[in-house]
Amino acid sequence: MNHLSLIIKREYLTKVKNKSFIVMTILSPLIFVALFGVVAYLSQLNNNKERTIAILDASGMLENAFENSTYTKYNILSAVSLDEALEIVKLSKDYGLLYIPENAEIKDISKGIKFYSEESPSLTIMSSLEGKLEKSLTDIQLLNEGVDIEKIKSSKISVEIDQESFSGQKSSKIDNLLKLAFGGAAGYLLFMFIIIYGNMIMRSVIEEKTSRIIEVIISSVKPIQLMMGKIIGTSLAGITQFAIWVVLGGIILSVGSAVFGMNISEMQASQTAAVQEAMQTPQAENMAQNVILAIQNLPLTNLVIAFLFFFIGGYLLYSSLYAAIGAAVDNETDTQQFMMPILMPLILAVYVGVFTVIEDPHGTISTVFSFIPFTSPVVMLMRIPFGVPIWQQIVSLLLLIGTFIFTVWFAAKIYRVGILMYGKKPSYKELIKWLKY
Amino acid sequence: MDNLLVANNVSKKFGTFTALNNVSIAVPHGSIFGLLGPNGAGKTTLIRIINQITMPDSGEVFLDGAPLSPLHIRDIGYLPEERGLYKSMKVGEQALYLAQLKGLSKSEAKERLKYWFDKLDISDWWNKKIEELSKGQAQKIQFVVTVLHRPKLLIFDEPFSGFDPINANLIKDEILQLRDEGATVIFSTHRMESVEELCDHIALIHKSNKVLDGKLTDIKRSFKTNTFEVGLQTSNASEVIREIEQHFEVLPATFKNLNEDLKLNVRLNAQSSPNELLTFLTSKAEVHHFVEVIPSANDIFIQTVQNN
Repeated sequence: MNHLSLIIKREYLTKVKNKSFIVMTILSPLIFVALFGVVAYLSQLNNNKERTIAILDASGMLENAFENSTYTKYNILSAVSLDEALEIVKLSKDYGLLYIPENAEIKDISKGIKFYSEESPSLTIMSSLEGKLEKSLTDIQLLNEGVDIEKIKSSKISVEIDQESFSGQKSSKIDNLLKLAFGGAAGYLLFMFIIIYGNMIMRSVIEEKTSRIIEVIISSVKPIQLMMGKIIGTSLAGITQFAIWVVLGGIILSVGSAVFGMNISEMQASQTAAVQEAMQTPQAENMAQNVILAIQNLPLTNLVIAFLFFFIGGYLLYSSLYAAIGAAVDNETDTQQFMMPILMPLILAVYVGVFTVIEDPHGTISTVFSFIPFTSPVVMLMRIPFGVPIWQQIVSLLLLIGTFIFTVWFAAKIYRVGILMYGKKPSYKELIKWLKY
Repeated sequence: MDNLLVANNVSKKFGTFTALNNVSIAVPHGSIFGLLGPNGAGKTTLIRIINQITMPDSGEVFLDGAPLSPLHIRDIGYLPEERGLYKSMKVGEQALYLAQLKGLSKSEAKERLKYWFDKLDISDWWNKKIEELSKGQAQKIQFVVTVLHRPKLLIFDEPFSGFDPINANLIKDEILQLRDEGATVIFSTHRMESVEELCDHIALIHKSNKVLDGKLTDIKRSFKTNTFEVGLQTSNASEVIREIEQHFEVLPATFKNLNEDLKLNVRLNAQSSPNELLTFLTSKAEVHHFVEVIPSANDIFIQTVQNN
């Protein structure tokens, strides 16, 4: 068996057999699901809290605007002054008091409305109150001007623009959302993968240094073989872990939904009902069709192939740098100063992906960053679902491969010298000097 | 003489620092070759060059007449001074892995490991992790791994460090046996008594230059000063000294023996022979001790390093 495959095998087996690896692999999905459950439960709890909001309508025009719902009750106060009302609200420990002043002009009423409460009120409640007030006041104003509200309602027309590219491909807004989800997931996955397994590689290099086995090993194999073996072996372990997570996550989700399914459906009954109601409208049918159409519209082959290439390229690019850092230092605490330059472009890539690709997937910034090798894997993966010309993908990939070869060369140089250096933490200047050794 | 390893004018610089400056050595087949030098002299760099861990800037190294190539990795067994094993890996697995990296097949490696583990009586360590072993025990494993692939050339850098005297002796005997079975050994150490005991050739590197090399006996011969340790029993010490001083050079001596003797170092001059001295001494006093002073490896080391 040749050296590289021996090293890969050992790296893989030691990683996979490691107790903390096994524990993490099994526990992570459980923890994730548990956290998710807790958050979901808590937010449900929050929504389900009953609140009473007192309303003092001095104008007397808006009393009908507030209808009690399951979790929000409105207590209409009358024949009291504002100060008295405040006292009442304080005593009854209501959520707050909505005060609507008296005024002849509707427009002036809207300016004087106030909400008093113990703590600052939740954003959802405020916007819901604002919505109700706006609607009622507008209606009253329209009535005053002698407009027939029914006519307005019946003449409302909803517009949904069908999108079609010059090449005849149909798409919709849902399409874009879906593309964003695909691209975002791919980019984020790569980002996480680099950080988790890059660190693992770095630690494994440091371990070899601190256990002093390194010189024994490199009297048998070339340092670059050891480095590549480490990178590949660790990645395979990472892929194994991911695969287990996906399978385990699937099982937990299906088991979880089977057990708690009833519960959840009860809790969300109202929401589901609303959705079902909406589904019956022609618009919603359109939406469902659009989702299917959108998935079919995604450049799937391109997506999969590009994902593989950019994922591997980006991962190797960064992991070789992680290996070099591991070789340059003696212990993990010394890695900080070298980690920054690696993390910066990665984080930048994710930010660019999240903020500019959503805004305009083919804008200047997205395009430029999808060519720069250190950010291109993440940004390009996010862009591809929106359809990137093949030539751009190829140029970006070539740049990535070129840089990858350079960083591996660079990392191998640092690695070769660094693994035999003990003692003081090297400076950047020294690292550059090592390149010439 | 037929040499297994020849290094010609090997130089290596790290930045502006010269680690090796035109160093040449020749290690004869079947010898134990002591590679000596003070700390930081460049020994480890030379050893790393022989192991192809570091490439020389200039110069060539030949193993068995052929320039060093990756194929030679399996012909060399190297026990570095900075050594260790994977702490959380099991002894057996680890030994197999390292042996396979040296080009042995798995079955071959297993068979030989069994032989060595039985020989050193450490078979029950097979499934232990290195971190469960003591330092000396781990060193034993390391030794086995170094010699397992039966290399032509064995390089030991401080092989006895970490061993108790019994185990050090055990390892020494194993090294001698490997030499007798045909292996050539390069031996780097600061412990001059083991150089004295084991080495037949030595090279001394100092400040990146080779300052001395050759057969240990030849080197000793060239360092000897025709001086004899003399122990005399006499009632009139000062008179005897005065008389010897008329014919020979007398220096104070510090050797140990049982009697309360007059102890002297006497150096012959070019014309006189040891017999003449002995005859002269017997006529003056009772001779209890008469030994030629042979410079120890330690003396040679210190003298050479201080003179350079």
